[in-house]
Amino acid sequence: MDKRISAAEAVAQISDGMTVGIGGWGPRRKPMALVREILRSDLKDLTIVAYGGADVGMLCASGKVKKVIFAFVSLDFIPLEPYFRQARQSGAIEVMEVDEGMMLLGLRAAAWGVPFIPTQVGLGTDILTHNPDLKVIDSPYDDKEWVAMPALKLDVALIHADRADARGVCQIEGPDHYLDDWIARAADKTIVSCEELVESSYFQDPARARQVFWERSITDAVVEIPGGAHPTSCNPQYGFDVPHFKAYNASAKEGGFAAYSEQFLGANEAEYQERVGGLDAIRAIPLPVY
Amino acid sequence: MTAATEYTLAELCIVAAAEAFRDDGEKLATGIGVIPRLGASLAMKTFNPDLMMTDSEAFMLSEPNPLGNRGDDFVQANETWMGFSRIFDNVWSGKRHAMLGPTQIDRFGQTNTSALGGTYQQPKVMMLGARGFPGNSICHRNSFFVPSHNDRVFVDGECDFVSSIGYNPARLPKGHSLDDVSIHRVITNLCVMDFGGPDHQLRLLSLHPGVQVEEVLDNTGFAVHVPEDVPVTAAPTGEQLAIIAALDPHNQRAYQIKDNPPGMRG
Repeated sequence: MDKRISAAEAVAQISDGMTVGIGGWGPRRKPMALVREILRSDLKDLTIVAYGGADVGMLCASGKVKKVIFAFVSLDFIPLEPYFRQARQSGAIEVMEVDEGMMLLGLRAAAWGVPFIPTQVGLGTDILTHNPDLKVIDSPYDDKEWVAMPALKLDVALIHADRADARGVCQIEGPDHYLDDWIARAADKTIVSCEELVESSYFQDPARARQVFWERSITDAVVEIPGGAHPTSCNPQYGFDVPHFKAYNASAKEGGFAAYSEQFLGANEAEYQERVGGLDAIRAIPLPVY
Repeated sequence: MTAATEYTLAELCIVAAAEAFRDDGEKLATGIGVIPRLGASLAMKTFNPDLMMTDSEAFMLSEPNPLGNRGDDFVQANETWMGFSRIFDNVWSGKRHAMLGPTQIDRFGQTNTSALGGTYQQPKVMMLGARGFPGNSICHRNSFFVPSHNDRVFVDGECDFVSSIGYNPARLPKGHSLDDVSIHRVITNLCVMDFGGPDHQLRLLSLHPGVQVEEVLDNTGFAVHVPEDVPVTAAPTGEQLAIIAALDPHNQRAYQIKDNPPGMRG
């Protein structure tokens, strides 16, 4: 089965009102080229589920979002995501705010086909106060109450990987695959952008096969987009683009997202990359040191 | 090991932060921010070598990493893969002690990292979000570091958004006890505290050199339990200062507390 498609074809599979899960974590390995393709589309009223960064901020700023399901939205070295902040402070979006681990449980419940997973996480906090749909239940086995974290079923998952073959075997070479495996498994349709398309024989090396975190039946479409995580990182290939994020952050104070889009977005990914200095420049961005 | 006579307030706080990890044994010590991370690292390098620590990304280390650029020759002491998904397995097992800096802390030890003012649908200031605070607070021990002790952090009334469970009887989940909550230390630029006062009231444990009780009380938005005898926070030793300097070769600690004041008030 050949699952290769273009970014535009990938985004054409998303419809208004869908729930879209986005892989990565904060400023790390986000499928930003696919996000940019959504920015260029007419899509609207999306519900976004993410360990959020600029992916969430940009989608909010461009009016694509009805609701965000999140535990945080942050650029890390710039702690507060400027456009998510604007969206919240103007009351423009609905939210379901949960703990990071609750989100993982919700994705697992969706992946496993169970309606909820019990947890003590969230008890005693405003996570419950502000999410009236989150139910607290009694246990059949003890006398405590438990949060019934509901399945976070995704219509579509968008993920960026290092390499993939045409059949949808995806490799994440970097030090962490984050929760991408659960985002992929929680979705009806998983679309993966990758730095490089490879032959299936690439995965014969067992060390590489161990960097494949879900089986190819989970992957529905593969889009080759080298540099497609920019301005987020794709460790070990490149780090996140600190000057670009600073400019993005500054645009929220002056010019707004329209000015940022005008300057960078372009009609397609080739134009975008040209405007940010080209693929070689992206590939040369150093990895962050913590 | 004699106390040093010249040290910064940041270094005093790092040593106080290290003390918070002293009796943890074999737990994952997570210090978020320069001073908590250096505190946890100092504890691991000295009196609690059993602590576990990550590289803030995806590996657990047998030796804490120095902060910032470590040069091309540096080899970090990986011992275990510890990606973000695996962190939750550790959190839920309880074998962790995190030290973090919430934006608000109330008299119950509840904290806020999420939003300030306005309504929940439209907050005046949106912050990070609840992050992992709900899970951390109910699953394992936590400590807090506050670089600027004032009544905007230590608020009168409840936090605008309660991100973490504290010692609030009104929010106690069925089948749980307030004693299940473990807020171990609260370290600020003025003092060290815990929630060991009557009915889990915030209690003063030590005052930093030159700080008076009144200054703590005036800058806390609710009542603090003051024991009869409040010692002075222990000064760093020369050995501790040398280890801190090695762990923080770029002196990031100098930028954590406003104006980087000396530890001993003039």
